[in-house]
Amino acid sequence: MISPADMDCRELVELITDYLEDALPAPERARLEAHLELCDGCTIYLEQMRTAIRLAGKLTEDQIPQEGKDGLLRVFREWKSEA
Amino acid sequence: MSGEPPRASAEDLALVAAIRAGDERAFMMLVERHQPQMLRIAAMYVATRAIAEDVVQDAWLGVLRGLDGFAGRSSLRTWIFRILVNTAKTRGRRERRSVPFSSVWTPGGDEEPAVDPDRFQSEGDRWPHQWATPPESWEGVPEEHLLSKETLARIGEAIDALPPNQREVIRLRDLHGWSSAEVRNALDISETNQRVLLHRARSKVRRALESYLGEGAST
Repeated sequence: MISPADMDCRELVELITDYLEDALPAPERARLEAHLELCDGCTIYLEQMRTAIRLAGKLTEDQIPQEGKDGLLRVFREWKSEA
Repeated sequence: MSGEPPRASAEDLALVAAIRAGDERAFMMLVERHQPQMLRIAAMYVATRAIAEDVVQDAWLGVLRGLDGFAGRSSLRTWIFRILVNTAKTRGRRERRSVPFSSVWTPGGDEEPAVDPDRFQSEGDRWPHQWATPPESWEGVPEEHLLSKETLARIGEAIDALPPNQREVIRLRDLHGWSSAEVRNALDISETNQRVLLHRARSKVRRALESYLGEGAST
């Protein structure tokens, strides 16, 4: 049974970040959670989103080239001599 | 999650104290931690890589000179990036950069939807706007495969391909683990803009991951 108050999947995927950010007003959040209870596709979508976020957290930052470090060491020494 | 940005941690305060006492190693540790990300942000406000490098150096000097005034009301990194963004804006203005800074973090209007519309049933179908081709669970994908160099490289490529404002927001949030309040504060952007940028970025990264893991399944 589908009523106009129900959320559809196409709407849910656009609200997923607001949901994860805890930024949805309570009634919207309730609509979204009611949809998730009944929809395997959207439950999987949410899981995939969480996995993508977790894996992005495993990426490493670039390394600074040595000349960049040398330059900043100079900045630091200059600052120290100012004080 | 909205709310107040975090205050300085005990580690932040210890670092500040060490640097003020002249500890070069403490300063270089901070540099190693933030320099690459600072360079990326600076590059959004100025025309060339060389100027961006200059801006970051000026920002570090500003950080050092400001240390005495660091009261710990925000995290150290928020404070550092705030100085960086201000330095970059000043420099960008001097260069008479044509792009107004207010638009640097404004999401563009003509964005594609989070999911290909073909994946949903259309108006004439039985359940319009519900999944026609739902995503498949990754529960069966071994953790070693998810964490493999290849998978992470795909995610890295997807992030690199994003528009710069989406790219830097997802990097701060998901790579570096900053809170939403820290990012808003450090970059001086609205909660809504940040969330829209994050949403677009994460949706595309999920798509890239889905398409990569899907390839593996069919071969």
